Amino acid sequence: MHLKSLLALLPLLLASSLGTVLAEPYPSTYSPLPSEAVLITHATILTGTGERFDDASLLISEGKIGFVGDGEIPEGVTTIDASGRWVTPGLIDVHSHLGVFASPGVKAHSDGNEMTDPTTPNVWAEHSVWPQDPGFSRALAGGITSMQVLPGSGNLIGGRGVTLKNVYSRSYQGMKFPGAPHGMKMACGENPKRVYGERKRLPSTRMGNMAAYRAQWISAQRYTDDWAAYEKKVADGKDDVKAPKRDLKLETLAGVLKGDIKVHMHCYRADEMLTILDMAAEFGYQVSAFHHGVEAYKIADKLAENQVCGALWADWWGFKMEAYDGIQENIAIVDRPEGSCAIVHSDSSEGIQRLNQEAAKAMTRGNRVGLDISPERAIRWITANAAKSLGIADQTGTLEAGKMADVVIWNDNPFSVYAKAEQVFVDGAMVYDRNNPELQPVSDFELGQLQGTSE
Amino acid sequence: MNTPKLNINALSLTVIFALSVLNVQAESILIRDARVHTMSKAGTLGHTDVYIEKGRIERIGEDLEITTVGVRVYDAKGRSLTPGLFAGITNIGITEVSGVEETSDGRLALQEMRPEFDVVPAYNPNSSLVPVTRIEGYSFTLLGAGAQGSIFGGQGQMVSLDGGYESFFGDPVLFINVGRDTSSLSGGSRAAQWMLLHQAMDEADRPPLPSESSLLTRAGRGALSVYANSGRVVFDVDRASDILETLKFAAKYGFDPVISGGAQAWMVAGQLAAARVPVLLDPLVNLPRNFDSIGARLDNAAILQASGVTVAINGAGSHNARKQRQMAGNAVSYGLSHNAGIAAITSNPARIFGVSDKQGRIQRRMPANVVLWSGDPLEVTSVAELVIINGRVMPMESRQTRLRDRYLPENPDMPRAYIKP
Repeated sequence: MHLKSLLALLPLLLASSLGTVLAEPYPSTYSPLPSEAVLITHATILTGTGERFDDASLLISEGKIGFVGDGEIPEGVTTIDASGRWVTPGLIDVHSHLGVFASPGVKAHSDGNEMTDPTTPNVWAEHSVWPQDPGFSRALAGGITSMQVLPGSGNLIGGRGVTLKNVYSRSYQGMKFPGAPHGMKMACGENPKRVYGERKRLPSTRMGNMAAYRAQWISAQRYTDDWAAYEKKVADGKDDVKAPKRDLKLETLAGVLKGDIKVHMHCYRADEMLTILDMAAEFGYQVSAFHHGVEAYKIADKLAENQVCGALWADWWGFKMEAYDGIQENIAIVDRPEGSCAIVHSDSSEGIQRLNQEAAKAMTRGNRVGLDISPERAIRWITANAAKSLGIADQTGTLEAGKMADVVIWNDNPFSVYAKAEQVFVDGAMVYDRNNPELQPVSDFELGQLQGTSE
Repeated sequence: MNTPKLNINALSLTVIFALSVLNVQAESILIRDARVHTMSKAGTLGHTDVYIEKGRIERIGEDLEITTVGVRVYDAKGRSLTPGLFAGITNIGITEVSGVEETSDGRLALQEMRPEFDVVPAYNPNSSLVPVTRIEGYSFTLLGAGAQGSIFGGQGQMVSLDGGYESFFGDPVLFINVGRDTSSLSGGSRAAQWMLLHQAMDEADRPPLPSESSLLTRAGRGALSVYANSGRVVFDVDRASDILETLKFAAKYGFDPVISGGAQAWMVAGQLAAARVPVLLDPLVNLPRNFDSIGARLDNAAILQASGVTVAINGAGSHNARKQRQMAGNAVSYGLSHNAGIAAITSNPARIFGVSDKQGRIQRRMPANVVLWSGDPLEVTSVAELVIINGRVMPMESRQTRLRDRYLPENPDMPRAYIKP
């Protein structure tokens, strides 16, 4: 194909860039690290599907889950005796700022909040990700194999989030989860109205928040229509049709309306979440997850009805007015209805290292009020449900044959303060081994530090 | 009656009343068959009874014979009984909602050196944080002053979380911040922080002439003079070199220093041990969150403890102070002994701040501050089931348990505003 015909195709490619990955810019260059077939035996396995296997085997082969339980064992497989140990899917954190608010947390690393305009769907968190953040290695030691890195919550629409595989690379593209849809970060409530209200501009109130979101959706609807009309003309074979001008803001919003980009919305108060659901109905899009939602327990039924996940903390509360009604049973109550989707998230470079402990606390609080939550159910909060909200549940999040072999071997029941991830596999490759320093990655920043003293 | 409200089966806590008694201040309480972590020389005692009378621990022993009429008896069924836990340096009762300025009184925004600033008069025992924290097994906290942004944070004091207006105890504590959070007062240089600190101490010793410029008010000079005579001063400092400078400074002026933060304390563990200076630390800090914390590691507590440094846990903040024991559990996971993990949130902080006679141990004649746990006190799947502060059984209720109980029932007929647990 020569240049001329390529150019002729360009408008079509751009049009499809509203949706498909075909023309996706900044594409993933991730490829799985070298792996070998591994048979993990005699383990207690929580599959993430709600099942538990005791004294069972799991096969990792060619980067995929071969089987859980029984199946054909390839020749030359390496066996890991996991007697007394537990196996879970690799953990997934749907709310991380690793890379965009990297350690050390100096001003020069503050790349997560483009607070120059209340609506910035045009910015992409991935363009801020510093792949040398030491936080990635700590999260890995906590069993995190995938995460969504989001922009901050200073803006009503903060920009696109990116889902990463937790592997070190020279570029974020080398970490980018292949085929994962983008997220779009939105924020309710106090943060945007505080940030912009202090500058005496819209929004300074919650009603201002709503007005500003709605204006954006109206523009996005028009943009979607304009492109549809243009594509129709091209399809009808009309000559001399001019493509609408690309607009990075509206491209992201149109991607949401089309269902290609998942909305992840920072929202604390129950009443605000319900208003947002009405807005989603008004403009015809789906909220994938409410993040933080310290009042999600007040509307657990509505979240389940609307198929919206609640990505929550186990016990954070009180740091601002909209976080005043936090309770420790929040996650467990959100988990209760049929069709629920409770998620434990971190929003923290410390919390991401201990999602299992956070889930353990939430499970315990649920059980104390008689909600009867087993580890095989609770593990879904940090694996399968997280994958679902990110749109990667077909690839990862559970231990099922054919899925990516993102797997953690724990020294103990992971719902314990003493549990540690011992081995972590990403796409079948062992990328972390607690007992082998060679399999413990060190970021460029940390290499060679603290060599000055002679004492 | 203060029987726990929840799911009695799950609690498996049997509350037996020898006689129906009113919830009076000084109850007689007998806890049967506990695994008692005394945190004293007596160690941990299995199948042991603890008898509390008039607010104090009167007897500890096996199969105690108690003939007092009207004793409340709790059967621990072998589970752990610890001293009430230390919530860390917090603003519990000093702040209600961090982001709501008018409810947050822990920090002085005046751009002046005011070591005389004392947060104690702002303490409000009716804060929702008090019950939220104590029902998780915490009986005391050190009220902290001015976290960052000033060299002299101000002063605070220990308070019991029993809800009293005057529940303060122990000597006042001064807070000094050194290191990366150089305030505008020091002109931006870490070296100038020491320059100003030395100047302030000099002023305290020898008031400046009217013609000389001064850093401190008369009250500030007075406050520093008090601390210069073996007063307890918490230095918030992370970097190893700053810690050593702190030791020199404290020695020169006669302070009794406590290091708080101490991300690089493990690098100078020997010097800290030799100077007998304790460390309050957050055992979850393992990232170079700033240049002062490069090399922060999860076994910081274990290394310090092994070197002979007294270690206590701090850093969960005010609202989530209940995370302290999870932090202690993680320190145990990274090399601290289990007993040392409990000590780091009970006896050690009490000892560091000179209040061992009030908190931190289960010992005869001491005020009764004890907590009965559903399982391992440091485990995230355990909860406090019975909390006794200064001899009083605390109701296991908070604003949060009320909200929970309001929203637990499914599909109520009337709005939940009518459900008032």
